[in-house]
Amino acid sequence: MSHQDTFTLGTRTFHSRLLVGTGKYQDLNETAAAIEASGAEIVTVAIRRTNIGQNPGEPNLLDVISPERYTLLPNTAGCYTAKDAVRTCQLARELLDGHSLVKLEVLGDQKTLYPNMRETLDACETLIADGFEVMVYCNDDPIAAQALEAMGCIAIMPLGSLIGSGLGILNPHNIRLIMEEAKVPVLVDAGVGTASDAAVAMEMGCDGVLMNTAIAHARNPVLMASAMKKAVEAGREAFLAGRMPKKAYASASSPLQGLIHS
Amino acid sequence: MQIQLNGEPSQLPRAMNLAELMEHLQLQGRRVAVELNQQIVPKSRHQQTLIQPGDQIEIVHAIGGG
Repeated sequence: MSHQDTFTLGTRTFHSRLLVGTGKYQDLNETAAAIEASGAEIVTVAIRRTNIGQNPGEPNLLDVISPERYTLLPNTAGCYTAKDAVRTCQLARELLDGHSLVKLEVLGDQKTLYPNMRETLDACETLIADGFEVMVYCNDDPIAAQALEAMGCIAIMPLGSLIGSGLGILNPHNIRLIMEEAKVPVLVDAGVGTASDAAVAMEMGCDGVLMNTAIAHARNPVLMASAMKKAVEAGREAFLAGRMPKKAYASASSPLQGLIHS
Repeated sequence: MQIQLNGEPSQLPRAMNLAELMEHLQLQGRRVAVELNQQIVPKSRHQQTLIQPGDQIEIVHAIGGG
């Protein structure tokens, strides 16, 4: 892959188009090894209450996923209202010394973890006015995506399918409609189950893919992280290369001249 | 003095500021963020922020998430 193939989020430029989460791993060693193998530069984290009085010496996620090495992307996972999401982002900014890049997700219900777009739009407005750079998890509705971009979101991140479902990209047509209109990066967030799903997203022309469970819940997460790295790169190169047209009938690859049979 | 700490009632042995609370909880120097009555208190203001009875304090950190 050429070194010129970078993508830009707000004011930051990146080489890896694979963004990974840090949830659901067995322990911090596995987290660190998988993130390393994924080659990701952007890594999501969640913000939660500190356990008071339990193991003050317990290792912290940020000890193994160093903010100096990775671009941390605090999320608002678990928030069901704009108010909670905004509060979480503000806490993340304090925690990470003024860091303004966030992944906004405001969820609708626990069964589907589907985004609540009304609350998402409300939260976006407040966060952007407060100086945050918002990457937004959203449904695959092209009109909602346009509204989010118009508000000033720096990346649109429609779901491929439900969070943690591993069902792949169920509505590629809608993702394509979103990409056609968007001037900011479009990343598939959620739904990737295996390497081919990531490659499909990238072959369609997505700017990147964000995943967590597909790696963390693979039988061998470190090996799957490596597979995802390659899938994202392969899908990207295939997109840049431009695939051959599909045809209804065969077209021989070997010359028809000089055949030896009679 | 009684406060609410991360959603649970908590008894402090004496009057203290937020920096002293962090030491009391063995969280000094850790990467945490602190909210006092739903307002973020920047680290630079922990020393000068006295805790009042009944205050609601939230202390958060980063954990694994997607």
